[in-house]
Amino acid sequence: MLTTGAFAAVGVGAVVWPFISSMNPARDVLALASTEVDLTPIAVGQAVTVVWRGKPVFVRHRTAEEIQAARATPLSQLKDPATDQSRVQRDQWLVVVGVCTHLGCVPLGQKPTDARGEYQGWFCPCHGSHYDTSGRIRLGPAPLNLAVPEYSFTSDTQIRIG
Amino acid sequence: MRAVRNLIGALALGAVASLGAVLPSPARAAGEAIAIPDANFGFAGFFGTFDRGAAQRGLQVYKEVCSACHGMYHLSYRNLLEIGLSEDQVRALAGTFTVMDGPNDTGEMFERPARLSDRFRRPFANELAARAANNGAYPPDLSVMAKARPNGANYLHALLTGYVDPPAGFTVADGMYYNAYYPGHQIAMPPILNPDQVTYADGTAATVDQMARDVATFLAWAAEPETEQRRAMGVKMILFLIVLGGLTYAVKRKVWADVKH
Amino acid sequence: MAIGLHDSTIKNPVLRWVDQRLPVFTMMQKEYGTFPTPRNFNYFWNFGALAMVTLMIMIATGIFLAMNYTPHTSYAFDSVERIMRDVNYGWLIRYVHMNGASMFFIVVFIHIWRGLYYGSYKAPRELLWILGVVIFLLMMATAFMGYVLPWGQMSFWGATVITNLFSAFPLVGEHIVTWLWGGFSVDNPTLNRFFSLHYLMPFVIAGVVFLHVAALHITGSNNPLGIDPKGPQDTLPFHPYYTAKDSVGLIVYFIVFAFLVFFMPNYLGHPDNYIPANPLVTPAHIVPEWYFLPFYAILRAVPDKLGGVLLMFGSIAVLFILPWLDTSPVRSMRFRPVAKWALFLWLIAFFVLMWAGGKPAEEPYVTISRIATAYYFAYFLVILPLLGRLERPLSLPESIAMPVLRGGGPVMAGAAAKPMEKA
Repeated sequence: MLTTGAFAAVGVGAVVWPFISSMNPARDVLALASTEVDLTPIAVGQAVTVVWRGKPVFVRHRTAEEIQAARATPLSQLKDPATDQSRVQRDQWLVVVGVCTHLGCVPLGQKPTDARGEYQGWFCPCHGSHYDTSGRIRLGPAPLNLAVPEYSFTSDTQIRIG
Repeated sequence: MRAVRNLIGALALGAVASLGAVLPSPARAAGEAIAIPDANFGFAGFFGTFDRGAAQRGLQVYKEVCSACHGMYHLSYRNLLEIGLSEDQVRALAGTFTVMDGPNDTGEMFERPARLSDRFRRPFANELAARAANNGAYPPDLSVMAKARPNGANYLHALLTGYVDPPAGFTVADGMYYNAYYPGHQIAMPPILNPDQVTYADGTAATVDQMARDVATFLAWAAEPETEQRRAMGVKMILFLIVLGGLTYAVKRKVWADVKH
Repeated sequence: MAIGLHDSTIKNPVLRWVDQRLPVFTMMQKEYGTFPTPRNFNYFWNFGALAMVTLMIMIATGIFLAMNYTPHTSYAFDSVERIMRDVNYGWLIRYVHMNGASMFFIVVFIHIWRGLYYGSYKAPRELLWILGVVIFLLMMATAFMGYVLPWGQMSFWGATVITNLFSAFPLVGEHIVTWLWGGFSVDNPTLNRFFSLHYLMPFVIAGVVFLHVAALHITGSNNPLGIDPKGPQDTLPFHPYYTAKDSVGLIVYFIVFAFLVFFMPNYLGHPDNYIPANPLVTPAHIVPEWYFLPFYAILRAVPDKLGGVLLMFGSIAVLFILPWLDTSPVRSMRFRPVAKWALFLWLIAFFVLMWAGGKPAEEPYVTISRIATAYYFAYFLVILPLLGRLERPLSLPESIAMPVLRGGGPVMAGAAAKPMEKA
């Protein structure tokens, strides 16, 4: 009796799982290639947005003052403490996923005319989160810093994200 | 007792009616408020209709000025019959545009003059081409623009007539223009309407305000071409329901006549 | 039950033949014909029937919309505009469906208010109430997924914000969100499954509505006095009395509905949803549809993400246990002088939340939301349990017929009840 029941339960699980699993990302979605970004056209102080896995990725060529501001901030002032050094591979290049960690909006701050918030990084217009020049959350409802995607420098002027 | 009961009933049903008025309209809640002047369009209000002459003049403004950058993808040339143009006029107008068709028997794509059934021609192949040609800004499609902005037609009229000198201390970024009614006041679209920019066939003086009104009328029609049919049907529907409601209420009174309450 | 043909009382021979084998006509006669219904309903009791009719309207219009809608990110917006322009009466069907969602929520909010005010959630109707809350939850899920389908800016960003709520749950959150999306952001797989589920859910709702009505016909209806009918003098057969009365309410409802559809079809919508969805541009101000605003305000009232999500779900979940939170044996607020005002204050808090939910997340709206949220929960979790013990209710009338017939007898109770009816 018990054995039969257990067997049947396994059978039900085996039948249900394919349906649940079918809702997870399909193979073509998973196979999305990594994105390569050419850094040469990005002047100091400028930023570009590239699309990676359907999400915007911010690549910012930081000025010396911006790096300085990010490094001078003591960790005690941060909601999600992380040093600027741990978030970049080369000082002047900041690469972060441009999705607010609160509820997934795209923060402003990529265009020179955008509001950049109180910490000169990015400002999320949805619920008012402010990010600094290292993409760290400083003010507002977002719980975490802007995520740093996996990326690597394939040469001095090119990175590959993913 | 009966009065009290009817009062409660009226309150309950009145609540349905008034809720819409009490609710915070998201459109009104959004962003910093810039008061948009009311242009007193004839199609505003519950029984308004589109001025065909103004819509046709607006089409001319769109065709000669706006369409260089802005598409109206959801419209086809045949739709223009609805603003009072004759079939020959529309055919002639469509014929001035070429569209890509094909493949033909030999598998080649070819160009031909547009027909009534074709969509309005798009000024750019895609968004990136549009941005590349416009200093990074994307001229949006205007098909439903009058529905896609709060207070649509009035806003469009205000925007087109709202190019003024920036107030002291306001710095306008490179390639941007100051506009009194654009959210944030910096717009990438240059002040494109100038007096006598177009020559109206019906002799109307082409002032900036006149052209803005005409093109706003045209865009309001384009966004909701069903408006006039909808309102006419609504009047009939509501009159019918009021009569039906009266009859139903009489039946209800009769049914309840023998119940003490 | 005895096996064999049903002993039918239907006269028509054809109907009788059917009824003997499947007694649907006997059932209809019993449940909607002679069904004993309290004689003292006010017009608040129309709203259950109105909700049922609205569900049918939504299903009917939805089926016809689906015949012309394309659930693909590249075509969804265009196919909706095609419905508006080229499909015969497409604009009518879409505007009825679009505004029907708002009307559905207005009706259901009033229906729920009726239940709260007259204590319809109390024994023996607890399960009836719980089924109602289940319907409300399913409605919210259906409306949310339906709003995504036109694939405008608010569709896309609303979907992004709401699905991201699940990421607040520790450990499994991210996996849940990826699973919901079928990818790494709201995209074509998401739109496709939302369409599939949006089509399915109304039929699930219809199923739960059937259970809701079945449960109602076991316990019988509550009434404005909140006391049980004591005999035939307290009730009327459902037909023709309440069929006639519901019809009057229905026509008035249709007039309001028609006014919205024909004269201000986009009033309750957001202009941004006529901008095609763009994953790289966030609208300056994301607001959900008006009927979600109170819950959205509760979400934003909490500085902590997980806390906000839990509180928002909690604001509905608390309704499930309401029958056991309200310890007073008196159902109708007409006889509860203190609780009545506490409930009116709750209604004000609800409207304040609705208003604050449409405002940006900044002061003073955040503080106002917090106060209103605190009262929303305090009413259920503190005030009702305490008032059940502390409040002295007014004396109840002896029967439903008593204050109506106003015979000589003990009118004291009836007299006490009278001023309350003005509320």
